[in-house]
Amino acid sequence: MGAALSVERQARVARALREFLPARAVLWEEEDTRPYECDGLTAYRQLPMVVALPETEGEVQRILATCSSMKIPLVPRGAGTGLSGGALPPGDGVLLSMAKFMRVLRVDPAARVAVVQPGVRNAVISEAAAPFGLYYAPDPSSQIACTIGGNVAENSGGVHCLKYGLTVHNVLRLRGFTMAGEPVELGAQGPDAPGYDLLALAIGSEGMLVVVTEVTVKLLPRPQCARVVMASFDDVEKAGQAVADVIAAGIIPAGLEMMDRPATHAVEQFVGAGYDLDAAAILLCESDGTPEEVEDEIERMRAVLSAAGATRMTVSRDEAERLRFWSGRKAAFPAAGRISPDYYCMDGTIPRKRLGEVLKFIAAMEKKYGLRCPNVFHAGDGNLHPLILFDANSPDELHRTELFAAEVLEKCVEVGGTITGEHGVGVEKINQMCVQFGADELELFLAVKRAFDPSMLLNPGKAVPTLARCAEYGRMHVQGGKLPHPELPRF
Amino acid sequence: MSLEALQDRIREAAARKAPLRLRGGGSKDFYGNAPRGELLDTRAYAGIVSYEPTELVMTARCGTPLAEIEKALEEKGQCLPFEPPHFGEATFGGCVAAGLSGPRRASAGALRDFVLGVKLVDGRGRALTFGGQVMKNVAGYDLARLAAGSLGTLGLIAEASLKVLPVPVCELGLELEMSEATALETMNRWAGQPLPISASAWHRGVLRARLSGSEPAVRAAAERIGGTRLADGKFWRDVREHEHAFFGGSGPLWRLAVASNRPPLGVPGDTLIEWSGGLRWIRGGDAREIAARAGGHATLFRSEGARQGAFAPLDAVVLGLHRRLKAAFDPAGILNPGRMYAEL
Repeated sequence: MGAALSVERQARVARALREFLPARAVLWEEEDTRPYECDGLTAYRQLPMVVALPETEGEVQRILATCSSMKIPLVPRGAGTGLSGGALPPGDGVLLSMAKFMRVLRVDPAARVAVVQPGVRNAVISEAAAPFGLYYAPDPSSQIACTIGGNVAENSGGVHCLKYGLTVHNVLRLRGFTMAGEPVELGAQGPDAPGYDLLALAIGSEGMLVVVTEVTVKLLPRPQCARVVMASFDDVEKAGQAVADVIAAGIIPAGLEMMDRPATHAVEQFVGAGYDLDAAAILLCESDGTPEEVEDEIERMRAVLSAAGATRMTVSRDEAERLRFWSGRKAAFPAAGRISPDYYCMDGTIPRKRLGEVLKFIAAMEKKYGLRCPNVFHAGDGNLHPLILFDANSPDELHRTELFAAEVLEKCVEVGGTITGEHGVGVEKINQMCVQFGADELELFLAVKRAFDPSMLLNPGKAVPTLARCAEYGRMHVQGGKLPHPELPRF
Repeated sequence: MSLEALQDRIREAAARKAPLRLRGGGSKDFYGNAPRGELLDTRAYAGIVSYEPTELVMTARCGTPLAEIEKALEEKGQCLPFEPPHFGEATFGGCVAAGLSGPRRASAGALRDFVLGVKLVDGRGRALTFGGQVMKNVAGYDLARLAAGSLGTLGLIAEASLKVLPVPVCELGLELEMSEATALETMNRWAGQPLPISASAWHRGVLRARLSGSEPAVRAAAERIGGTRLADGKFWRDVREHEHAFFGGSGPLWRLAVASNRPPLGVPGDTLIEWSGGLRWIRGGDAREIAARAGGHATLFRSEGARQGAFAPLDAVVLGLHRRLKAAFDPAGILNPGRMYAEL
């Protein structure tokens, strides 16, 4: 891996796939495979040896069986919007693009389900359900581009998951294949499928256990109306306390987001959302439901936020204003890209009550590494997205960024949280897995992987580090944390 | 009792290859295939480890009585949203291991939807932590959710963290007379509309619905739905605890899970429908055959006499995955062997 490409091996694999795939579905020329060299985590790149673009379940099965018998590693890929390098290709194997699986197979409004192929984009499901007053709830920020197959692999969330759940709460059934090409159906349209909850295990497994070819999702009635309260605070800890107060008052907002001052300043010049630029932090607190319900809840939210010391509050008057308030939050990442050549997005989750402590820690890290770091925060569920601003053309800045991020993620673990709330481990956070889990847990993860894929060929080297790798990281970490050949996937 | 004592007991049994029967309050002894092995009583490993209402997380040890957990939550105006049945002196660990949910399942989600993390003692006596106490966590495979509902066959759930939610401000029950077919159509139509319906059930010509939420929302929905008001929540408690008259009948009790909008299954005899139509209880009959015809599956929930084959058979590939997972968690095969499937 990472070594010079074996032309002989490449030709052998391409030839084997061409026996049952048309020429357009097997790519190996560099100009054709280059677009697949990375996903949304562009710092990690690897040219795939061969790219396969199947169109039918039968083709997927044969690709898997072929790679299995030839002992060729395989990495599945959706739209490539993932932020942790989960779809980083194998330099000596096959990248399986599910991009052609883009049909909505069935929308059943009476049963409130949709059956879709994995390459269908997240937002398309809600568009297909809209004529029936239904929608698919999880809405990751990348929903216009990311596919449901990728959402299943990463257990994607979004800004509404405190109330409506993650992918795992909204998918009923998966069809697909193991690496050996054996067909599996996990979950069921009816409740509580028999046996172990392999559906839950497959969701968020980062494409390492099964290749999914069909997804049945739950559809919900679209709330009749939604309004958002935008509240300013002169102190981030007060804003954090206000979040706890809202929840203590028995309110589960449809969305509850926080942005600190550097973040609001970054987005305001970009989208003009009307944010209070004097505030140390702003909260966006949304209510949805029937008009009666929303009116009642907004009043309760206003009372709690006011008592928590909000210095200013604005309630959206209509849908256009509500969308404008959200536009800044949704544009946070592109805005960061505008004020800095590059940015690095973290994804730790913490118990909400430790927010103040963690934000202070991040501020200290900004000084330590000499890098700026605005914060956007899914405050309702404790999921932090600090954005470290850096210039990738400066090797030293990239290096400092990696150290900065590693320290923040390890802090998240220290306060009882996790290194990743929704972006996945991939290749990016694989070393921090050694901090979050002990040797026994990692060993069991590997045993679970082997139960599905004894030959360890499906998306190898992602998400779960070997104990040897952890030992190596521990040593390197003591020496200053330099990552050993991060571009190399290994198992 | 300490965690170490539980680990020692499992380690020692594994060395002897002596099957262990993990058991809390014994409230669900009737469920699944017949238990066997030496008794490992979890009740001495008890207590709430942490509960912070503003974090919406309850963490407790397996032997804690479920009633104690619910009382602690109630004092802070919160609840277990999946409304687990007790069936007697249930423990927290047994509740998670059985994975059963009550009337609110169709609207709030199942037990597994609220699992945030577990501390599991595997078949080698290792104490392992998966998931955590936070709402969003995708580090590593989701083995916490896998443990939920695994009937103790993958490990002893020593401790679990569940997401909790506020108790609805306002709750109200309604009943309407209608046929089974009309009731199924009605429940599914309601579920597709933005109505605050938290439970529904049909039995012998009467459809009952429970509305939960803010007062204005519940009031508006009640006007829209019509029907007669139920006096209190006793009906839902009785259905949850199988104390409703339907469950007093004799003969094997089958639990059929089907797509919620399946028309009536045409079973002879009494039937009780829950979860907007997704759950149908029947007595006797060829339940496996009926469920298969309807594209669902059937569980033999209660029966007298020796019990085998309580759960619907798995296909060969999925069963193979189960066997390999079981071997990974419990190589000596000592944890509740056969309780879920004879092969596990």
